[in-house]
Amino acid sequence: MGTYIVRRLLQAIPMLLLVSIALFALVNIAPGGPMSAYSRTNRMPEEKKEEIRRKFGLDKPLPVQYVVWLVGNDWMQIDTDGDGISDGNGTRLGILRGDFGFSYKTREPVLALIADRLPNTVYLMFFTLLFTGIVAVPVGVISAIKQYSGFDITATTLSFMGQAIPEFWLGLLLILLFYGTLDNPFTGEALFPSGGMQTLGAEFSILDRARHLFLPVLMGLVGWVAWYSRFLRSSMLEVINQDYIRTARAKGQTEQKVLYKHALRNALIPLVTMFALDFPYIFTGSLYAELLFSWPGMGRLFYNAATSRDYPILMAILIIGSGIVVLSNLMADIAYAYLDPRVRYE
Amino acid sequence: MNSNENPLGKINNKPVRPPETMTTLAWKRFRRHPGAVAGSIILTLLILMTVFAGLSPYDPEVSDIKNRYQAPSLEHPFGTDGLGRDLLTRTLYGGRVSMSVGLMVVGITLSIGVPIGSIAGYYGGWIDNVLMRVIDATLSIPSLMFLILLAAILREAELPFVKGNSVMTIAVVLGVLTWPTVARLVRAVFLTVRETDYVKAAEALGASAPRIILREILPNGFGPIIVESTLGVGYAIMEESGLSFLGFGIMPPTPSWGNMLNNAQEHLSTYPWLAIFPGLMIFLTIISVNYIGDGLRDALDPYKILGKIE
Repeated sequence: MGTYIVRRLLQAIPMLLLVSIALFALVNIAPGGPMSAYSRTNRMPEEKKEEIRRKFGLDKPLPVQYVVWLVGNDWMQIDTDGDGISDGNGTRLGILRGDFGFSYKTREPVLALIADRLPNTVYLMFFTLLFTGIVAVPVGVISAIKQYSGFDITATTLSFMGQAIPEFWLGLLLILLFYGTLDNPFTGEALFPSGGMQTLGAEFSILDRARHLFLPVLMGLVGWVAWYSRFLRSSMLEVINQDYIRTARAKGQTEQKVLYKHALRNALIPLVTMFALDFPYIFTGSLYAELLFSWPGMGRLFYNAATSRDYPILMAILIIGSGIVVLSNLMADIAYAYLDPRVRYE
Repeated sequence: MNSNENPLGKINNKPVRPPETMTTLAWKRFRRHPGAVAGSIILTLLILMTVFAGLSPYDPEVSDIKNRYQAPSLEHPFGTDGLGRDLLTRTLYGGRVSMSVGLMVVGITLSIGVPIGSIAGYYGGWIDNVLMRVIDATLSIPSLMFLILLAAILREAELPFVKGNSVMTIAVVLGVLTWPTVARLVRAVFLTVRETDYVKAAEALGASAPRIILREILPNGFGPIIVESTLGVGYAIMEESGLSFLGFGIMPPTPSWGNMLNNAQEHLSTYPWLAIFPGLMIFLTIISVNYIGDGLRDALDPYKILGKIE
């Protein structure tokens, strides 16, 4: 197992390098490339543009720029004031040493911006996933145990609907219903707020936070529950038909114990794997939910950066995101081998 | 000999029916899947409506300021938008855009995914290794964010065919993310079939590699490829709407379901019909496509087909 993990980690290195090269190339094929963020207004004189280009090393060939982006330029002489003469060491450490540069727009370090937004995204995703589990597990299990019952058919149909409904449209409908139409009968205000993490100017209270969480969580929940409940249903159905379940019944185990001790525990194994694969969403968050409900998280940070072509932010989120995806895939495999002793990796 | 007699004769006094082809059996199974049948009917209707969108008396892009924000009525069944344009007409034209994006994405996906998957699966070795790493790398980038970055960049890039926020640009953007799934699927088919005896026999008879790939192995993957392509249309329509909704997809005045929803946000509570109808169309299209895909998966599953032969 140990060698397997090491080998997988080693395999991840060229893959992430590939991702970084692809992203770097991509950002640089747009006309103007990263420069377009500076020279939005065409009034900037050509000499000034040239100076910026030299200052940020954008006049160097792309492979050199890539290497600098990757490992920094503190070990080489660069032109710090843009006058065309190399006059000192650079200050960039490169993404490999955790330096993702500065936002073009606000000049803040990208990592600080991410650190600022990440907790909010994790917060929202935590509740979304928590309630996904609370709803999806019983629905999936009951659907499987009572296959083709009224409950199962309803749940399966709803799950098809949940997978087909566009998340952003669902969000609009929820705002329409809970903010636009329904009012709180006691206060006469809208039943749920349409955005933000808490009421402006109000003290933090659990009730207020819950009210603000309700709509974005509900919006994210639908697709997840639809997917996970169907997945657990088929996993459970598969397990129920296994020999060891028949053995448990033949031994005279109660049906309760057969289903929950023998069947469910095994049916949950693929679900754990699936969850490990979905783990990166905790970092990237739900872009639509964050935008529609003005939730100040990673999705919104990315979206705003994309509209203002703030490439350092975009690259940082995508690269870190890919890294998390790669690690999650590995975690999924390890979890699978750990939970299901029949699985062996070499 | 009586001419009416069954040419295949009788066994145990029962007439022997001519053997049914796999296609007939699959079609029989497909027809028994209620969701797939309902989905096919609804999708056919939706396609017909968008194809004949030109019959509408209104123009999708010409504004009529006197008739802004009209609620749904007989004259304007879906109401009108902020520029007085008939929403039903725009929704139908938007459907053309969304459905053509869906089909083009599948076209791109298949034309990249099938050859790459075949090559990786057939030749194996270092070719397979390199191609699989590229696939893993592509799939490891968070998808929606990657789509946004691609769309933001490609619409500015000066490439042949891919210009601005055209249908082609969006299809290419989505295609970049969807081909790896098909490639993996095709590769898996090749890995299972490559070592079978009939492939070995074909090799022994001196069949060329292209012939073995195209005629002997690839047809085994038709079932899963058809299912994946069907579901791919739905996925592409969903992502295109999402991108257009975010302002990175099809740009107004060209209507698309996504950009119509973006437009609807501003006056959501006052003019809810702006948001309800385009979203409903996305929903209906995707649920139909998904049910058809589900029906096809059941119908084309060789074990299930054979199970029906008693």
